[in-house]
Amino acid sequence: MSIHTVISMRNAADGVEKSDAVASNSATQRSFYKSRIPIYPKRVHGVFRRIKWAVMAVLLGIYYLVPWIRWDRGPSAPSQAVLVDLAHERFYFFFIEIWPQEVYYITGLLVLAAVSIFLVSALFGRLWCGYACPQTVWTDLFIHVENLIEGDRSARIRLAAAPWTASKVAKRVSKHAVWLLIAIATGGAWVFYFADAPTLAHDLFTGNATFVAYGAIAALTFTTYSLGGMMREQVCTYMCPWPRIQAAMTDKETLAVTYRSDRGEPRGPHKKGDSWDGRGVCIDCNQCVAACPMGIDIRDGNQLECINCALCIDACDDVMDRIGQPRGLIAYDTDANILRRSAKEPARFHFVRARTVLYSSVLAVVAVVMLFGLATRSTIGLDVLRDRNPNFVTLADGSVRNGYVLKLMNRSIATRSFDLSIDDLKAKSVNVIGIGVVRLPVRLAVDADKVRAVRILVTVAKPDLGSASRDIEFVLTDPKTGERIESEAVFVSGGAP
Amino acid sequence: MSKKEIDSHTGTETTGHEWDGIKELNTPLPRWWLGIFFACIAWAVGYWIVMPAWPGITGYTHGVLNFSQRDQVAADLDALKTARHTREAELAHASLQQIQSNPDLLQFAMAEGRAAFGDNCAACHGSGGQGAHGYPNLNDDVWLWGGKLEDIQHTITVGVRSTSPETRQSAMPAFGRDGILQPAQVDDLTEYVVHLSGRPADARAVARATKLFADNCAMCHGPAGKGDRSMGAPNLTDNDWLYGPERADIHDQIWNGHGGVMPTWGGRLSPETIKSLAVYVHSLGGGE
Repeated sequence: MSIHTVISMRNAADGVEKSDAVASNSATQRSFYKSRIPIYPKRVHGVFRRIKWAVMAVLLGIYYLVPWIRWDRGPSAPSQAVLVDLAHERFYFFFIEIWPQEVYYITGLLVLAAVSIFLVSALFGRLWCGYACPQTVWTDLFIHVENLIEGDRSARIRLAAAPWTASKVAKRVSKHAVWLLIAIATGGAWVFYFADAPTLAHDLFTGNATFVAYGAIAALTFTTYSLGGMMREQVCTYMCPWPRIQAAMTDKETLAVTYRSDRGEPRGPHKKGDSWDGRGVCIDCNQCVAACPMGIDIRDGNQLECINCALCIDACDDVMDRIGQPRGLIAYDTDANILRRSAKEPARFHFVRARTVLYSSVLAVVAVVMLFGLATRSTIGLDVLRDRNPNFVTLADGSVRNGYVLKLMNRSIATRSFDLSIDDLKAKSVNVIGIGVVRLPVRLAVDADKVRAVRILVTVAKPDLGSASRDIEFVLTDPKTGERIESEAVFVSGGAP
Repeated sequence: MSKKEIDSHTGTETTGHEWDGIKELNTPLPRWWLGIFFACIAWAVGYWIVMPAWPGITGYTHGVLNFSQRDQVAADLDALKTARHTREAELAHASLQQIQSNPDLLQFAMAEGRAAFGDNCAACHGSGGQGAHGYPNLNDDVWLWGGKLEDIQHTITVGVRSTSPETRQSAMPAFGRDGILQPAQVDDLTEYVVHLSGRPADARAVARATKLFADNCAMCHGPAGKGDRSMGAPNLTDNDWLYGPERADIHDQIWNGHGGVMPTWGGRLSPETIKSLAVYVHSLGGGE
């Protein structure tokens, strides 16, 4: 083998090394009968790498810092801006406080999240997978740590093959130590969303926190460490349902990280001075494969394993600059545009399509309903539970008594007094247990942010009974604000006991 | 098999078994599967050491932790008793009125009363105290022996027609069955009782029975039929009928003189439980 051949095998073009990277995770390459072939993504520099750094910083910042934001709600409620208070059955989000009965807001939020991801997928492809998914963010962080400690792709491959020297042990131990620290911090931040952060932090370090807190940290430490450090692309390829579902959201007009085969093919090595006529601009340097954290070859086309992280775009643009060709051999593009360019038509982007209009309208409707619900959210509530055992009680003088348990809800942060009355019923007497026989409307105080259960016995005289079962209405009003809420019930005076 | 045979197509070792030219591949188990399998074995060995595991002739191995679910239950019950101790002591000393006016104590008594009612009283009085034919409804405002807290407490303690020497005692004679009155007289009295409760009745029968009622019934039920709680005699002028409101029901009661039995709970339930029961029954809606 002559020296010349060796050089031409090592170089795809002058100044551009041909990488020996193999797309080991592409569908044709991987096998269920083989162990995973490790992927050593090469560090790239460029626009999308910078965007990914910025997105990572923002997302990690949100995740780690949000529990520490304070929000004064007065003495009756916790002063943490975002808090899932399981013990007291409340969810706090800045100025919003949600009770378990209002779980439909969470449903609305999930619907919004789902439709948003549909819309974004239809327009720009897998932006979520490429930039925002926790699996992507943490894996990116873990790979960055690996890169800092062990070096770039070729150094890591050499280190993996090297014998266990003291230096290798030191590198590996420090890498796993940093990974574990990140994993512990990840699990540690999670629990702060469920308890007062400063108190819990103190308890965690002094060993006074609950077993549940330590257990949750341990579990999330394990998942972060194993999913981000060990399993990486396998989570997306094998475990995640979204790559399968998203095929239904995208079409030929959807933006995706695309190898422009119309420009690149036929590919092959290029020597300086040779003509570019009659060939594609892809010099088959494999730098896109080397950069890929998913271990695939983008030139095989749009595929399930591709998370659209766009790192191959940066890698390819760098090569294009070096061989003096315009950037964008790999770029955000659509399948339809490749066809158009092949047919000598101008490329164009089609953002307004039936499906994007549909997704946007659903999104708008749900958002408006949610906003309306939140804006008109009542701060008082009334639930009526009628006694069913016995269904009704006939008294000595022939009058009939029904019992009810009323749950009066005060969803504001101050103690309030409500007026309770009953519509559509002529009662002979109303007895509030603990207060005695009262005249309606009766004034009842409810502590801030609490539910008060009141048992009430309503008696109707014999001549006023009417039908065996009649609809009545309990009405609760706040005399100060005029807020009013009704709850329907029945008064039963006959029929099967 | 003397040497390994590798299947050329898959590159996997065969077991050497062959059927009609088809050889069985010896596909190894996935590593993760084997890992979990061995981890389970290791876990099992650890479990034998730590937890009770192996049966013997007269006992079993107790394990390092000496864990026993039986002991756990006993400890839990002890803890429960300790936790209830203070309240139970308060309950013993407090009067019924004090229990009712102290919200914490009332909540405790109501919880205990509800449970005790379900265990001991619901069989006859119904789970909601709604009663049944011959078993009084405890929700309404009709009380044979009184509806004040103390009355209820006393009734529960001594029972009605029970084996207790202090039992509440009353007997409605079987006027017809025992031949005290003639059948025609029982018919007339039935009309009289229907008339007492304000319903239309045969006026001539009522006139005939007026003296009969004064002679035979007024001693217990009172001259106006309003009843007498000191004797457990029901009020005949209201809408509440323990043995049914119809003429046939009333006739049957005068003829046979039914009288139900309520057991004495004095020796069986602790005084605290009886207090709780009294408070609970009083709260059902009819308490006076």
